[in-house]
Amino acid sequence: MESMEIAEKLQDHFSEEVLDICDFHGQVGVVVKRERIVDILRWLRDSPEIKMDHFMDLCGVDNKKRQGKNLLRLEVVYNLYSIPLRHSIRIRAQVPENDASIDTSTDLWCGASWHERECYDLMGISFNDHPNMRRVLLPDDWSGHPLRKEYPLKGREEWSGLEKLKHKVVKLQEFGLSDGTLRTKAERSQTKGNEKS
Amino acid sequence: MTRPITKTVNVPVADGDGERYTLKMGPQHPATHGVLRVDLELDGETIIKCSPHVGYLHRGFDKIAENRTYAQSLILTDRLDYIAAMANNVGYCVAVEKLLGISVPLRAKYIRTIVCEMSRIASHLLWLATHALDIGAMTVFLYCFREREVLLDLFEELCGARLTFSYPRIGGVRQDVTKNFVDVLQRFVADFPMHIEEYETLIDTNRIWLKRTVGIGVLSASEALELGLTGACLRGSGVDYDIRKHRPYDAYDLVDFEVPISDDGDIYARYRCRMEELHQSGRIIQQCIDQLPPGSIISEDAPDLVMPLHGQRKVEAGSSSYGTGLIRLLEEKEHFPVGDIYVSTEVPKGELGFYFISDGSGRPYRMHMRSPSFIHISALPALAEGSMIADLIANIGTLDVVLGECDR
Repeated sequence: MESMEIAEKLQDHFSEEVLDICDFHGQVGVVVKRERIVDILRWLRDSPEIKMDHFMDLCGVDNKKRQGKNLLRLEVVYNLYSIPLRHSIRIRAQVPENDASIDTSTDLWCGASWHERECYDLMGISFNDHPNMRRVLLPDDWSGHPLRKEYPLKGREEWSGLEKLKHKVVKLQEFGLSDGTLRTKAERSQTKGNEKS
Repeated sequence: MTRPITKTVNVPVADGDGERYTLKMGPQHPATHGVLRVDLELDGETIIKCSPHVGYLHRGFDKIAENRTYAQSLILTDRLDYIAAMANNVGYCVAVEKLLGISVPLRAKYIRTIVCEMSRIASHLLWLATHALDIGAMTVFLYCFREREVLLDLFEELCGARLTFSYPRIGGVRQDVTKNFVDVLQRFVADFPMHIEEYETLIDTNRIWLKRTVGIGVLSASEALELGLTGACLRGSGVDYDIRKHRPYDAYDLVDFEVPISDDGDIYARYRCRMEELHQSGRIIQQCIDQLPPGSIISEDAPDLVMPLHGQRKVEAGSSSYGTGLIRLLEEKEHFPVGDIYVSTEVPKGELGFYFISDGSGRPYRMHMRSPSFIHISALPALAEGSMIADLIANIGTLDVVLGECDR
């Protein structure tokens, strides 16, 4: 089925939810509200003539510097593909800035779990009822979400754990510098052997 | 004189109610193929809970790419899957070409298909070498590296680099292939089936190999799909999904090849799929060499190679993507449409997807990489939980992950 047909069917089925349909280079994106996103995804997965069984991609987008009607501050983009029927569709769910959250799709595809964790980590959109909503790429104590447009390219500050890590390195060096000189591995093993005997 | 065995030792076996303990494996563990940390909760040697931790190599490519032009971001893709960097480069170029509407000359398409398949062979050889080494078959490692070396030498001849190539360009490739390159590659492809047979005689029916792989890490087709696995991991479970066939790019719709599939879904099935893929890659390269058409290697529309100083466009080894070409790329805004696009290619590890949002400014408004290794590692608990700790090593190997690609 052509992607446009799927989009129109989706619009018939969820007329309240679909805000816009856009076509670019033959790829169709459907802009939807976030409230019934799980229902939409389930319908796309389970309808026999659509059968989107492969969850290709999920990513978050910050619309702060992008113009367009129907766009809220944040957006979650789902790229779905049907392996038996060979067609694809893109769903763009709009998420407001003051309540940056959307329902999780891990009940439909458990492989979406890390996609959503990454989206939370880098874009700051949290997923309701996700089994493990923690950061995945950045350290747990990182502050801020780097892919937001207001986040500077070079970052805001050093990671808070860095000082601790540096201290640890110094401490570790002390073990190799017991008498003030740096010894090679062979020398160290030699002294070790002497201690044993 | 051999020492007689005086006594046997009873090794305690987990019975499910023993004392549980946690073990942090990695990030420097050699069998994790990079900096992957796996937190294990164990009962004896049985894994109760397994949680992988990644991010040690996170460099923020998505953010960097937003601040660079399309041509500049090409070098970032080298640093994704550094074992098969060429395939990543091609994936990126295919995506940008689709976004900007550039059509690639046929010769360049064939050359890119050749280098893609070469990198698939190189990647699968490294996978086989390390996977076998992890399980305990040392010899295969040496054999695989012998052939991989030939491929890396060929890459070096082609573009001067052995690891991070940046050889494909948006709209074509950087340099034409030399006659020597084609001759050596032809010889390599002719001999390669014999080498594959060599690896297979070592492990295909090896009792230890079979015990370590058959029936271990089993995934059904629906499980593999739901976990988001792609590439040989998905095909080993019996799902016929190869992007080269489903959404052909470059010259894949012009050559004849088969997609190996197995229904067993265990480690051995995935191993067999990849071994068959080696054969098919050789076939594709042979056909590409036979059909290689004459003509231009870079599109007339290719924006990053306009070099006015030379009178006409020149493609030289020394021409980097910086310089005059870039300035024009930024100025000529009619090049850039407004819209979003998702294009994926079949890299050795699975499906590498690029999602671009263009706002017409010459730099991507948002670039997202869907890296197969990231998703494959998230599937590790599904494979490992309930199995023995020794099988975890085999399971990590069979997923064929590269942490540079996972962490981006």
